[in-house]
Amino acid sequence: MTDAALLKLSGVNKSFGAVKALVSADLTVEAGSIHALIGENGAGKSTLVKIIGGLYRRDAGEFLLEGESVDFHNTKEAKDAGISVIYQEPTLFPDLTVAENMFVGRQPYNRFGGLDRARMRRETVELTRRLGVPIDPEREARGLSIADQQVVEIAKSISLDAKIIIMDEPTAALSGVEVDRLMGIARQLRDEGRGLIFISHRFDEVFALCDVLTVMRDGTYIATSRTADVTEDDIIRQMVGRSVENLFPKEEAVIGGPVLEVKNLTSAGVFDDVSFIVRSGEIICLAGLVGAGRSEIARAVFGVDRYDSGSVAIGGTSVPAHNPMGAMRLGMGFVPEDRRKQGLAMAAGVQDNITLAIREDLAKLGFVTSSMEEPSARTWAARLQVKTHALDTEASMLSGGNQQKVVLGKWLATEPKILIVDEPTRGIDVGTKAEVHRLLSELARRGVAVLMISSELPEVLGMADRVLVVREGRITADLPRAEATPEKVMYAATHATGETA
Amino acid sequence: MSVTHTVAPVEAGRSWFQKLVRARESSLVVLIILLVAVTAAIQPSFIFSDGGWRELLRQPTILILISIGEAIVIITRNIDLSVGSILCLSTYAAGTLFANVPGIPIILVVLVGMLLGAFLGLINGLLVAFLRVPSLVITLGTLYAYRGIAILWIGPHFIRSSWLPADFRALGTMPFLGIPVLLWVVLIVVLLVGWFMTSRRSGRDLYALGSNPEAATLFGLSERRLILGAFTASGALAGLAGLAYLAIFATGDAQVGTGYELQAVAAAVVGGVAIVGGSGSIWGVALGAFFLATISNALPVLGVPSLWQQALVGLFIVGAIMLDRILFISRIRRAKREGSAK
Repeated sequence: MTDAALLKLSGVNKSFGAVKALVSADLTVEAGSIHALIGENGAGKSTLVKIIGGLYRRDAGEFLLEGESVDFHNTKEAKDAGISVIYQEPTLFPDLTVAENMFVGRQPYNRFGGLDRARMRRETVELTRRLGVPIDPEREARGLSIADQQVVEIAKSISLDAKIIIMDEPTAALSGVEVDRLMGIARQLRDEGRGLIFISHRFDEVFALCDVLTVMRDGTYIATSRTADVTEDDIIRQMVGRSVENLFPKEEAVIGGPVLEVKNLTSAGVFDDVSFIVRSGEIICLAGLVGAGRSEIARAVFGVDRYDSGSVAIGGTSVPAHNPMGAMRLGMGFVPEDRRKQGLAMAAGVQDNITLAIREDLAKLGFVTSSMEEPSARTWAARLQVKTHALDTEASMLSGGNQQKVVLGKWLATEPKILIVDEPTRGIDVGTKAEVHRLLSELARRGVAVLMISSELPEVLGMADRVLVVREGRITADLPRAEATPEKVMYAATHATGETA
Repeated sequence: MSVTHTVAPVEAGRSWFQKLVRARESSLVVLIILLVAVTAAIQPSFIFSDGGWRELLRQPTILILISIGEAIVIITRNIDLSVGSILCLSTYAAGTLFANVPGIPIILVVLVGMLLGAFLGLINGLLVAFLRVPSLVITLGTLYAYRGIAILWIGPHFIRSSWLPADFRALGTMPFLGIPVLLWVVLIVVLLVGWFMTSRRSGRDLYALGSNPEAATLFGLSERRLILGAFTASGALAGLAGLAYLAIFATGDAQVGTGYELQAVAAAVVGGVAIVGGSGSIWGVALGAFFLATISNALPVLGVPSLWQQALVGLFIVGAIMLDRILFISRIRRAKREGSAK
């Protein structure tokens, strides 16, 4: 190398409170190349991108742009330095025209001091033509397809003469034709001498498009290789390469008859032909990448969302569609992913939250008093070891782990036959995580069927009796505990053909 | 290159005629003409008398000034409920200045009124931008706080027309090229503000912020600066409206401007500003304010019982919102159709 690399980060570190998002991230991007950034969910890719784009500031480490150390305080500084980030959900202004979106903040003026709309229009037409996707410059950005919005963002990057263009999972919402088009544009940008960073979970795209790839895991740099020198298996090993820690005290449970039976569940564009059975005492994990459709399946099973066809049954009785109350009556419980927004009444006390789902049973003549609620609330708070000095403490005042215990307590109080838990340990410290695992395991031992969604591979492998891997709305692998290895799960979660290795 | 997309012709923009017919401004002009024509047919003195037409044009100026300020704030996805109270303080400050400093230049008093308004607006802006509390709550607070200051300061007193110099009182009636000076001032202000909002980067940034605040932040637009600017402008315009009030009515007490804040919001909405921000024009708002003020003037002339007047105004507001919603949905549908037709 004679010149300094276009972009070079080394040892970059970033924490949010106690959470270490990046421990030590390295990335070197050369001009005229497409660089893939790969890693599991939570590996720190997005944080790294946000640091490069000026949205976050690093805590420590080196960040060189063409050999010069830089430290961006905001996105504008990064943009002025020639860095352009295209987020998964493009960030256009829906009420402004396409042409104006292209020039926000730097619109050209005419000699009367007003906007030179003709010039904006002309340049927009020219740029979008050059990308092979002409878009009416006069139309509002509202209603443009995601693909067209990305084209507008890319055209904007070109007109800003960005040296580095970062695309964060740009293909996630695109159709096949649109992906091809985007890849064509990306190659065109590379050949113009720009550096591209491409984040994708689809290995086929990475191998088809990218020259170099960097793998990250747990906020740490793992390896950089030329795409031509590695195989998918190598990358998968780098992505998951860690031992399953013994954090998960899975108890042996007697697995009984079927409790939850889901048959051919389909919701157009969301998930397709999903069938599985959860038996009593069994923990089934839905594994896969964020956005694969796991939460959507769970929400449809519980009845929060509608589905187009298929059936759900508990113990042979069919569960009414789109009717959570009906599902609850049949013995289903659902601990949602976002406990703060969907799982808890944040302003209400611990007691009120725990008894929320059993209030009808506690009520006498339609009234519920605090003294009627107290015994159940106290029992469950004690059994789950919720750390609070009083049962009337507001839920919002509890730590994440204790909040999760309260949500679990609410559903356990209903004595469910089947409990669905969506990302039960997200944002919870390690110690409490183990407690949540112990609780789920104990539930299974008592004969409850558990359907768990988790993006953390060690958790999945540690807890599950059976792992179902979901990829783009379909179940691509059904692995019993003995056969579930990190490589197999990751392969099924990322690989386009969907065959298990 | 491997880009093999067939180059479809770029859809031509809609013709200027279609745009004109679709625009909210055009329907408001038609409504205003209808309203005035019908009223004048029943009661000719509504316009065809010495003071009639002048009154018709002069009365709405206060609401127009307040409303375009309100519109700037709403376009950023905020709201300013304190404008009526700001108007009151500006009116009384100007009145006492005239009374206590004989011979003070009118332009200086106008500037003081606007600066006072701008200052009070800046306080709103600072609270909204730095406390990160919704502006609905903040300006509801300052609505009462500013009014409270006005009541403490003014008490039972009121401005007497004898305090005001004759030249100032004549602003609302004295013609320049056939039209009262006050109207010229308001016309120029509307044109300037409208031009700023359509043709300067800062104006466009205000629309961008209201259109998608998250994108604006990602983009690097300074949300704080824009919010401060919008509230300060709204305050200054409310201050100027206070002077228009004084010039027209030549009086004022601690209750001046009560309820104006909601009329201003109504005028903005009727004028085509989306309450969720991001769209609407200053010209539309000025017409909306003119229309609402003219209804209030015309209904008594038409013999509509005063009990019905507010209900009718409400009907127009609800109608305008429904129309917006319908147009919005059809626009989205059309955009989707055009998007998928490619």
